[in-house]
Amino acid sequence: MSGEVQAAAVLGGLTESEELEDRRGPQRPRRRRIGLGDWLLPVYVTLAFIFLLIPIAYTFVFSFNDSLKSNIAWRGFTFDKWLNVCNVEGGAVCEAFGNSIVIGLVSTVVATTLGTMIAIALVRYRFRARSSISLLLFLPMATPEVVLGAGLAAQFLAVGVPKDMLTIILAHTMFCISFVVVTVKARVASLDPALEEAGRDLYGSPRQVFWRVTFPLLTPGIMAAALLSFALSFDDFIITNFNSGSVTTFPKYIYISASRGIPAEANVIASAVFIVALAIVVIAQVSRAARAKRLAAEMG
Amino acid sequence: MSIREFAESGADLELVGIQKRFPGFTAIEELDLTIPAGSFFALLGPSGCGKTTTLRLVAGLEEPTAGRILIGGKDVTDTKAHQRPVNTVFQSYALFPHMSIIDNVSFGLKRRRIGDAEAKAHEALKLVELDHLAQRRPAQLSGGQQQRVALARAIVNRPALLLLDEPLGALDLKLRRQMQLELKTIQEEVGLTFLHVTHDQEEAMTMADTVAVMNKGAIEQMGAPEELYELPRTAFVANFLGKSNLFTGDVVGTTDTAMTVDAGGHRITVPTARSQRHQGLVTVGVRPEKVTLHAEQPEEVAGRNLLGPGRVIDVSFAGVSTEYIVAVPGVGTISVFAQNMTFGPVAHEGSEVWLSWDVEHGFGLSDEPDESSRFPADADTQSIAVQRREALITELEGS
Repeated sequence: MSGEVQAAAVLGGLTESEELEDRRGPQRPRRRRIGLGDWLLPVYVTLAFIFLLIPIAYTFVFSFNDSLKSNIAWRGFTFDKWLNVCNVEGGAVCEAFGNSIVIGLVSTVVATTLGTMIAIALVRYRFRARSSISLLLFLPMATPEVVLGAGLAAQFLAVGVPKDMLTIILAHTMFCISFVVVTVKARVASLDPALEEAGRDLYGSPRQVFWRVTFPLLTPGIMAAALLSFALSFDDFIITNFNSGSVTTFPKYIYISASRGIPAEANVIASAVFIVALAIVVIAQVSRAARAKRLAAEMG
Repeated sequence: MSIREFAESGADLELVGIQKRFPGFTAIEELDLTIPAGSFFALLGPSGCGKTTTLRLVAGLEEPTAGRILIGGKDVTDTKAHQRPVNTVFQSYALFPHMSIIDNVSFGLKRRRIGDAEAKAHEALKLVELDHLAQRRPAQLSGGQQQRVALARAIVNRPALLLLDEPLGALDLKLRRQMQLELKTIQEEVGLTFLHVTHDQEEAMTMADTVAVMNKGAIEQMGAPEELYELPRTAFVANFLGKSNLFTGDVVGTTDTAMTVDAGGHRITVPTARSQRHQGLVTVGVRPEKVTLHAEQPEEVAGRNLLGPGRVIDVSFAGVSTEYIVAVPGVGTISVFAQNMTFGPVAHEGSEVWLSWDVEHGFGLSDEPDESSRFPADADTQSIAVQRREALITELEGS
């Protein structure tokens, strides 16, 4: 608002800007004591941000390092690692990254579907053992991952299931379901049951009511759950390590290569993931702001 | 009637021996009710009396424990909500927040695959004067506008029966009056059968042509609004619809035309025909506006009840009328509404007054006198309703 006023004043020429000056009153030299809080807070905030961002900045900068085997000392700037990311070590980095994406997508889809159905059932229906199921779903979140991973590995061994992509997907789906249920449950609980009743009352069959009323209204919660699932799956090392056999995921690759110096290609992929995530957040924020503005304009 | 076609006119609604039990409590004990086609029927009662449950049973959102529901002579008890030729205007409006107004209104038509859904929806929106907002989302509309959209969304389907669940509850007084009028006009225009559930006695009386007063899961009394008001049969009705002065005493004399009751040493006569009980301990009453206040002792006149002397203990001036609370020894306090025909109140606090009313205006109730104490005359029905609701909630949560 004040920006517009000033812009108008500038456009209006001298007289109006003089008016603004007048309104502000005579300029008085102001003497202020600079208190402790005035500098402590900015310093603290700056330090906190540096602390948080240094690893990311390091990763990003060293993705341009003209490294040989290990990527620890700075040897000069190059775009090579970004351009040839899949050409090193027989494309091991890219393969691991691809595995992680596939595992993440499949377990996200499965966990989100199952978790959403469980969440709806837990909120909307009263059945035997409902509260015990709620509690049991909480367990994978509370159990240390090492225990979960080892336990699962033991089970696969006992049943004789060979460890490959499938066992990783099963393991990831398992712990993701809990997070999906918790996230979607909150959304279902906040959904006014009268909306679904109105759908039924307006001649909607149960299927139509679900797809036209319930599902669209749950979408934000389901999307949040899916993003969370994917992030958890993509990121997971401990459970994966127990159940992956010879399959390498991105976190596993980095862990293994850390002992002999992480190649700059890993930095490249990590930076790319970070940039994509940042871009998604920025786009979402900008489009939301634009929509809010449009709504406000329509209302006005 | 198939849901694929429009109802040509309203349909009869018949509820036969309906009972509804929820785990832990019974919402409807036993309900028999017939609502003739084309009428505007109001179910009136405090929260938790079973009126909303009744409406949900008719809509198909709940299943009755026992009994049958017939719409237009056809048994719909075993059909689902989406198969019934019935539409509801929900208390919370329940507009779909993710759809535009026009999509909301055409939702029912599209589900029934009725042609020209959009055009018909626009027509319905024109009827409630909101067609210019068709592209907006519900959140961009005011409460009153949302209410009208909810109404349009229901009537666009031309249901045989339109159910209204306290749809005016959330509106302010002025908007309510306006909507009441609009609803009544629409009902007359389209000729549907309206079943209106409300706890607002004024709304029920001004809008409906038949009112059923519901209490504790059963209908206490049913009839035209004037009839209910002038001749209540139970203490609950007498106090839920307006105010009443009630007196309990033994019958000391009955003739073909008049019955006299001894209430705390005062003789009160009511017409025999207007009393439900004629012997033993009975409760009789009179409406506050039928009572006349006298500053001096009037002469005993045949055909008029006379009480007094009493003392005015409270005067509240309400512009068009004044309410006086008079304490009469032996019978407790009596409320009197007097039109302000002259300037200012005619009696002041502390002054000695006499009260009289036409015998013809009295009525006798059917309640057992010990039962009538469950709703003391001065207990406000709103607070009774709140208490009952809280009791229900604790019961529900406990189970």
